[in-house]
Amino acid sequence: MKKLINDPADVVSDALRGMALAHPELRVDHENRVVFRGDAPVRGKVGIVSGGGSGHEPMHGGFVGRGMLDAACAGEVFTSPVPDQMQAATAGVDGGAGVLHIVKNYTGDIMNFEMAAELVAAESGIEVATVVVDDDVAVTDSLYTAGRRGVGTTVLLEKIVGAAAEEGRPLAEVADLAKRVDDAGRSMGMALTSCTVPAAGTPTFELADDEMEIGIGIHGEPGRRRVKVAPAREVAEMLIEPILSDRMFTDGVICFVNGMGGTPLIELYVVYAEVAAILERSGIRIARSLVGPYMTSLEMAGCSVTLLQADDELLRLWDAPVVTPGLRWGA
Amino acid sequence: MSVAVGTDDLTAWLRRFAEVVHERRDELTALDAAIGDADHGSNMDRGMAAVVAVLDDAPPADPAGLLKKTGATLVSKVGGASGPLYGTFFLRMAGAAGDGDLDDAAVARAVRAGLEGVVARGKAEPGDKTMVDALGPACDALDAAVGAGKPLADALAAAAEAAVQGRDATVPMVARKGRASYLGERSAGHMDPGATSVTLLVEAAAATLGRP
Repeated sequence: MKKLINDPADVVSDALRGMALAHPELRVDHENRVVFRGDAPVRGKVGIVSGGGSGHEPMHGGFVGRGMLDAACAGEVFTSPVPDQMQAATAGVDGGAGVLHIVKNYTGDIMNFEMAAELVAAESGIEVATVVVDDDVAVTDSLYTAGRRGVGTTVLLEKIVGAAAEEGRPLAEVADLAKRVDDAGRSMGMALTSCTVPAAGTPTFELADDEMEIGIGIHGEPGRRRVKVAPAREVAEMLIEPILSDRMFTDGVICFVNGMGGTPLIELYVVYAEVAAILERSGIRIARSLVGPYMTSLEMAGCSVTLLQADDELLRLWDAPVVTPGLRWGA
Repeated sequence: MSVAVGTDDLTAWLRRFAEVVHERRDELTALDAAIGDADHGSNMDRGMAAVVAVLDDAPPADPAGLLKKTGATLVSKVGGASGPLYGTFFLRMAGAAGDGDLDDAAVARAVRAGLEGVVARGKAEPGDKTMVDALGPACDALDAAVGAGKPLADALAAAAEAAVQGRDATVPMVARKGRASYLGERSAGHMDPGATSVTLLVEAAAATLGRP
């Protein structure tokens, strides 16, 4: 294992220390491992809390700031945070208008956020609503699985919902909007290489030099199938086809090509060009785009594609100002 | 005759479990890497190390308090799926433990309550390829043996045997819960990491509890 770390046990706390120093506008609670907006709690505004395992940076801590998240809980690498962290985050962002928990659909995240919501309900009067993001079409959504994983749509949802909260909308509306965004988004990912969890020390899975994994999760969970490496235009087809067969997309989508951490931007743009060409042939207009490593899987090489069916309201909220380490525009 | 289980016995059990988890941490993580996300060994090791530290620092005075502290520590320290599941197991055991030391029937009742908590939290059913597939049979064996008037040590040995069989039976199963379920048929052929760690827990109980 070759990594820029001190000790595998300290990766998360060391990174949070760096983040606090690099972004003095944020407030980092090192004990609870929660990244807060510097001005949290914002009086009268719905607080937006997310969180998950570390190793996906900039998600979620890098999306804390005006127009997006109020707080993000950082778990161990690829491990859900614990209820105490979510409880501290919820208390720290409650400005009197309630708090929305944004939870990616993984068994651990669901159970920990559930326990946190139970604790908050039992110990304080803070109103909590929860949205679960489950957009990964690689996973069959049936009684026989834990349901679809939460992937790329999470980033778009945090941006859009954060903007709605910033406008001062009430909790019920913000939560409804969040569910609407989740319903409107679909994603599919792939990997060219594996990744190594620092505490494990060896790659999570093995991929031969001439192989790639289609339908990969963001924790190195194996995907749908393993195939020979192919040109980007064929990879784009393999990612887009299951998305388009899963949901009807009409005019005006947000198209997000995400890097898994080990893939350079030049390759992501190659993929984006192919994705855009397929969408054009399919008669689907791209209204907005996002290209870059926003939801990574440590040093995994690969990408994911997310399509979000937009409308005027979602586009307006997408365009609203956002000031975070990871996304920043309009401010 | 019944041998009462007190805080010293429970502490010995948890220490033993912590040791074994530490020794077999890489093995648990490797099982998880095959069908999950490669963190089960390190998470359980971190959690049980924290439990041992808490027991060293401020040993709770009674069994229910000790089990509660253990559960709360695991919930606070582990994260992932195993934190809430193991945490709930011990918290529910604490709730069913009553006051004072536990006789054989109380041990069986507490373990049953723990299992019910795990099922309620994780919503797993037998055959889903989870810790329930080892803990469930262990619990049944424990109930049956205690009900038949066997000494606790023998009942726990039977429970450990049932857990091992349940654990081994997860190998051909197709996962329907947790991250392994994403693999569908590809999850068959691998032993479930949660069933493996909970078998270590039952084996640790058999090695430490019910001994005069």
